[in-house]
Amino acid sequence: MAEATAGKIVLTTADGVPLKRKLRQTQQLMKRRAFTLVLPLLAFIGITFVWPIALMVYRGIDNPVLSEFMPNAAEAVLDWDSSQSELPPEEVFAIVARDLVQARKDKTVGKVATRLNYELPGSRSLITSSARKLSRVEDGPWMEAMLKADSDWGKRETWAALQRIAPRYTGSFYLAALDMTYDENGAIVSQPENRQIYVTLFVRTLWVSLFITLACALLAYPISYLMATQPLRISNLLMILVLLPFWTSLLVRTTSWIVLLQTEGVLNDIMVALGLIGDENRIQMIYNMTGTIVAMVHILLPFMVLPLFSVMKTISPSYVRAAQSLGATPARAFWKVYFPQTVPGIGAGSILVFILAIGYYITPALVGGRTGQLISNFIAFHMQKSLNWGLAAALGGILLFGVLALYWLYNRLVGIDNMKLG
Amino acid sequence: MNDTSEPIVRFIDVQKSYDGEVLVVKNLNLDIARGEFLTMLGPSGSGKTTCLMMLAGFEPATHGEILLSGRPINNVPPYKRGIGMVFQNYALFPHMSVWENLAFPLEVRRMDKAEVKRRITRALEMVRLPEMAGRRPGQLSGGQQQRVAVARALVFDPDLVLMDEPLGALDKNLREEMQYEIKHIHESLGVSVVYVTHDQAEALTMSNRIAVFNDGIVQQLSSPDELYERPQNAFVAQFIGENNRLLGTVKEINGDSCTVEVDGSGIVQALPVNISGNGERTTLSLRPERVTINPPEGTVPNVFDGTVEELIYLGDHIRTRVNVCGHDDFIVKVPNASGHAALAEKATVKVGWATEDCRALDAS
Ligand SMILES: Nc1ncnc2c1ncn2[C@@H]1O[C@H](COP(=O)(O)OP(=O)(O)O)[C@@H](O)[C@H]1O
Ligand SMILES: [Mg+2]
Repeated sequence: MAEATAGKIVLTTADGVPLKRKLRQTQQLMKRRAFTLVLPLLAFIGITFVWPIALMVYRGIDNPVLSEFMPNAAEAVLDWDSSQSELPPEEVFAIVARDLVQARKDKTVGKVATRLNYELPGSRSLITSSARKLSRVEDGPWMEAMLKADSDWGKRETWAALQRIAPRYTGSFYLAALDMTYDENGAIVSQPENRQIYVTLFVRTLWVSLFITLACALLAYPISYLMATQPLRISNLLMILVLLPFWTSLLVRTTSWIVLLQTEGVLNDIMVALGLIGDENRIQMIYNMTGTIVAMVHILLPFMVLPLFSVMKTISPSYVRAAQSLGATPARAFWKVYFPQTVPGIGAGSILVFILAIGYYITPALVGGRTGQLISNFIAFHMQKSLNWGLAAALGGILLFGVLALYWLYNRLVGIDNMKLG
Repeated sequence: MNDTSEPIVRFIDVQKSYDGEVLVVKNLNLDIARGEFLTMLGPSGSGKTTCLMMLAGFEPATHGEILLSGRPINNVPPYKRGIGMVFQNYALFPHMSVWENLAFPLEVRRMDKAEVKRRITRALEMVRLPEMAGRRPGQLSGGQQQRVAVARALVFDPDLVLMDEPLGALDKNLREEMQYEIKHIHESLGVSVVYVTHDQAEALTMSNRIAVFNDGIVQQLSSPDELYERPQNAFVAQFIGENNRLLGTVKEINGDSCTVEVDGSGIVQALPVNISGNGERTTLSLRPERVTINPPEGTVPNVFDGTVEELIYLGDHIRTRVNVCGHDDFIVKVPNASGHAALAEKATVKVGWATEDCRALDAS
């Protein structure tokens, strides 16, 4: 500051304060006032949005069970250098056995069993039954006692799994969400073929969302154009038709798609009546991916129409006229002059639809059947049924980071300031 | 202008209705000569834009025919008409640079790169914006956008350019500057221009001929001086320039003078223009600068007593509002010449004018 103004005349206000400082003071006051105005909303968003998301991402790496309920065992297992010996030494067996007995007394052994079961499917009873049997054993040698309680304690695999759930934080939920796991030597490997589901599901969700976005854009463009160019009376009517879905409950809309599309439904009946298809080969249009896509396109269409319409509304018809007066055919005038000006609307609508679609839950759950499920349905499953919140959080976290990455990509390709919502 | 060659545009009995109930353009017959600067002048809603849109091809004529260089163009789509157009809001493509805007009509015509470059450079020089080629329209001032719009309409060398109130959005000084610039471009290129405006001063400055529109009808089609000096009807007299109106009844017509009894204040000698017989209602039209205060005895036939109501000093002349013949809004422009008698408000004066300066027009 001083160097910058050195040599120049420093402008001052009437009372001799440098002009720049005075200006900064007044602006700071204004900034502070503006900040006070947004503070309540900022706090609200912080509490209801940022904080829960941070918690969710955290839960994906959080691994408290063993270190909390069997702290000595966790420490001992971590200290064991698995590359040196096939099985841990006797004193580790002893500590684990004593902690198991203690956990049974504290009634927390079930949680430990569940946690180990995520890591090593089928190992629930190993923990619970061993704990029960060991509680009757007075004294060591513990290795022998444990092997007697369950021969699985003699497997390196068991101890490797125990070692993996011992640290306070773990990457195994995120690995599991990507169909990967640690092998007994701690190396990261793919899950066996028959247990790989999430990557396929992520990819499927991505493609389905992209497809829905594209379908919405293709369907919304002409109707938005019509709405933006027709006289007010007609465009209002069209707007009501577009918004009609918003005014009916999501459940009602989805159910009406079931009525329309099911094998004994209206559409199939009509086609059979017209002789287009035989009565015996009615088309399955719901409880599969078709159902999911049809219903979701319908539900998300307004989110494409509204930004497109509001952008098109501001494009004066004189642009296309000017292009034509300059010699461009209507098609060329549209493609070179009209369409580029609607790109911000397409961008805004696409981002909106895509982000809604990628996390959509209720419609696939209702009309998706077995093959029309998306990643959000599995997140919900792990939240509500399997209660594997760590995995649910990891799946959600990956979804979040994926969307952020796509958002970043979009910004690089199209430019986010190029987006216009109205 | 070559009067022997055929007109570049002919409107023949053109009518236009948008809703099937109201004729927005009623029976338009208009020839536009090659190289002419013709202005359509009229109040808002008089159908000027509609005429231009029919000529450009964006609105079909409901009835009648439009010829372009002798060829009927009713079924020719706009992009094949080869007519340059400047829109009121300029309609510069916002997502293209100035250069790309100018290249657009040339690329549509598949001109080769070198020719495109040559023409754009020339067009930008013509509008004195050679260093703005890389800017987007949004980064230009109103006047600069206006110039780019003119350059774009001319860059592909059309024979005819249409301009719909192109200066409407500019402030007064810039508007006057642009008027001269457009006029000079017109003169140097020899292109025909159809220009639409509702600003009579603009029309008078720029045009070869002016078509005064009102209510879907061309009220008068003449050169600017003709229009101002010899308006053919009451609407034109009122619309162009300042005008004093006196209503009255025709008493007698003999040759190029007539006697009119002005309502409630006596007999006036006037020039019959748009009246046909005795007893007819008429509007007398008098330009404020053609009225003399205290004329020397016997020089003019029409002399009336009046009272000065208001004096407005305007430098070169003094605008004087006089109560005369029962009208208290009678305006006289008194030139601020040396030795001119100073007037005072509420003074009683004589007001006089010559027969040929007082035009007897239709009644409305
Ligand atoms: N697209 C249109 N549809 C219906 N009526 C129109 C349309 N364009 C203009 N009009 C009507 O036609 C009349 C003449 O309009 P316009 O040609 O724009 O007049 P001007 O350009 O002289 O102001 C106006 O009364 C206007 O309301
Ligand atoms: Mg107009």
